[in-house]
Amino acid sequence: MSEAHGGYYVPHGTSWPIVGSIGLTTLVVGFANYLNGSQTGLTITLAGFAIVLLMMFGWFGTVIRESEAGYYNEQVDKSFRWGMSWFIFSEVMFFAAFFGALYYARMLSVPWLGGGDVETNQLLWNGWEATWPTNGPGEIGGPFETVGAWGIPAINTLLLLSSGVTVTLAHWALKKNRRGALVMWLLATVALGFTFLGLQMYEYSHAYHELNLTLGTGVYGSTFYMLTGFHGLHVTIGAIMLTIIMLRCIKGHFTPDHHFAFEAVAWYWHFVDVVWLGLFIFVYML
Amino acid sequence: MSTETTHDDHHGPARGLSRWVFTTNHKDIGTLYLLFSLLMFIVGGAMAMVIRAELFQPGLQFVEPQFFNSMTTMHALIMIFGAVMPGFVGLANWLVPMMIGAPDMALPRMNNWSFWILPFAFTMLLSTLFMDGGAPAGGWTMYPPLVMQTGNAFPFLIFSVHLMGISSIMGAINIVVTIVNMRAPGMTLMKMPLFVWTWLITAYLLIAVMPVLAGSVTMLLTDRYFGTSFFDAAGGGDPVMFQHIFWFFGHPEVYIMILPAFGIVSQIIPTFARKRLFGYSSMVYATSSIAFLSFIVWAHHMFTVGMPLTGELFFMYATMMIAVPTGVKVFNWVSTMWKGSMTFETPMLFAVGFVVMFTIGGFSGLMLAITPVDFQYHDTYFVVAHFHYVLVTGAVFSLMAAAYYWMPKWTGNMYDEKLGKLHFWLSTIFVNVLFFPQHFLGLAGMPRRIPDYSTQFTEFNQISSIGGFAFGLTQLLFVYIVYKTIKGGEKATDRVWEGAEGLEWTLSSPPPYHSFTTAPEVK
Repeated sequence: MSEAHGGYYVPHGTSWPIVGSIGLTTLVVGFANYLNGSQTGLTITLAGFAIVLLMMFGWFGTVIRESEAGYYNEQVDKSFRWGMSWFIFSEVMFFAAFFGALYYARMLSVPWLGGGDVETNQLLWNGWEATWPTNGPGEIGGPFETVGAWGIPAINTLLLLSSGVTVTLAHWALKKNRRGALVMWLLATVALGFTFLGLQMYEYSHAYHELNLTLGTGVYGSTFYMLTGFHGLHVTIGAIMLTIIMLRCIKGHFTPDHHFAFEAVAWYWHFVDVVWLGLFIFVYML
Repeated sequence: MSTETTHDDHHGPARGLSRWVFTTNHKDIGTLYLLFSLLMFIVGGAMAMVIRAELFQPGLQFVEPQFFNSMTTMHALIMIFGAVMPGFVGLANWLVPMMIGAPDMALPRMNNWSFWILPFAFTMLLSTLFMDGGAPAGGWTMYPPLVMQTGNAFPFLIFSVHLMGISSIMGAINIVVTIVNMRAPGMTLMKMPLFVWTWLITAYLLIAVMPVLAGSVTMLLTDRYFGTSFFDAAGGGDPVMFQHIFWFFGHPEVYIMILPAFGIVSQIIPTFARKRLFGYSSMVYATSSIAFLSFIVWAHHMFTVGMPLTGELFFMYATMMIAVPTGVKVFNWVSTMWKGSMTFETPMLFAVGFVVMFTIGGFSGLMLAITPVDFQYHDTYFVVAHFHYVLVTGAVFSLMAAAYYWMPKWTGNMYDEKLGKLHFWLSTIFVNVLFFPQHFLGLAGMPRRIPDYSTQFTEFNQISSIGGFAFGLTQLLFVYIVYKTIKGGEKATDRVWEGAEGLEWTLSSPPPYHSFTTAPEVK
């Protein structure tokens, strides 16, 4: 312990965070201007996004080089692990806000609008019957149909669950130092991830064009797209991270007992997987 | 595993501006946080002065009602996210590594980023003052549908909250990881100083609820620009849903702003009572209980919104339960002082002031927790008085206490004790002149967030405003004391205070740039 203490790596100065702050600020200021109707807003947003990407390449690049150079002892590794775990916890709570909105709408606000428990609906929306799915008494967004659970969503569930298996197989291969199998299983995981995304995009397009189910379809459309949309964003991020890990494996990074980045991405992938199960049950099935 | 040296170099900090922009050092970042907090305290305080000036007399004198509402909204956002929270994070940065015997924070680069997002976020937020439609004026709680009337400032408000959230989450993750992973050998959990304990629990709360705030404001954004109906009854949503999600964040947030204060006071009182803290482990359990309870009391902020009776009752009883662990704490502080050899240097004065006045705020909180009477108090000045007692004489007084207590350690110089005491007495007198009459205003029915009022409220408002101006001016004295201490003064010893215990006092004053390069042994 004390030896680990003496060797704790404290970098001496870093310029990436300030680049990140400038990038993030440019991104949101641009986007806010765009939302306020400015034409140049989107360009500024993209510029900000580019700066953030640059920061991520630079920052992660530095960390990867330091890791490969062996600067990080066991204690640093542990800090990274704790850090990643708490980051994933914060993501769980982010999704909790949207799941909370879904439960609240389904269990409380929609039944109340239909006159359950309280009778104010007689003044506001007399005669409206609460059902789920719904776009509310104002029928915001017009008539719509929902996406069935047992079509693409079921297939997507299978895809994500299998990708959880393949990433674990890749981890086992890494621990046994079987590099060929490692890369192959990672490739399979990445492929499953992107196939999921492809199907999800197809489903969205189908919902928008044929079912008239849009983000503007009352509270059903809002919760449906917010939950599946943020999940899809996280799958995209996860799939990109997996791709990078795969490229690093091809390059010969990681050893059987020193591969934090691999595990972090695997954890993230499992997290995305679990969120999907929640979505499949509460958004599609019930 | 590398046995290489820990740092690229062993001499001190870089020179000039780049030291502060690129730093990964916990003390530099702590200093940045603290100075930023002080700056925001003055900016937010200036807004409070506008509010008190307008309320000095009934009728409209100085500002437009819309601008008045912007002032209350911005004052709250700036004080909460810009002054109090960064103040505590700054203390955590400075003190946690020194208290647990670590060389630095666990994730030093991320530490830099958590701070350097803040100046950008607040520049953005303050820039809304100059936008079409003015700064946000719907209250810091951002309730829809009112907040939807915000002008061009709307997306800037949402995104600045997002940025503050990112900053807080990264800062909190760093603190948790540091405490969990960087303790010196022998520093077991139940040997940790209480400031470290309270911050561990605070950081957990931050990681749990800041993402929920991010989610709730994201839904506001999509409701306004992307056609969603989360908070629109016509589409099946509900504006009250926002209040539930917001306060699920908002109530733990209240404890985020007070638990570190409990930690500070628990460090200071034993030092000046020259006794060990009474009931250390009960303090730890009480802090944890408060944190747990903070997740199941949120709807006491919305008793009058029209909830089912079971909800009103549940949230009332759950809220009242918080009085138990809080009472344990107050009891322990008092018992620590009981038969102690007490002296009253400035930090102790602020700490004792905290115990007394925070308890007043706690009691008015209990009154507000009683649902049937809250129907009378809700959204009146009674609420304003309550949360200013817990936040100003609570959180801010603890920050002042901490500044006086550790400033000699940080700078190597003693502060001016006479001026410090003067600062305490002026602050304590005027803060009560400022906020105590607001209880009466509220009980008599004066609503909050209104620039004009009925003439029977005039006297108490005038007293309150005079207290406000005097309290505001007094804080300039604090700025002067800090400046003077940084510039020079009597040299501080390593231990600084005769009765001080803990690892941070074993280091020199000021401490070396990298706190503990080899871990101390904790017995």
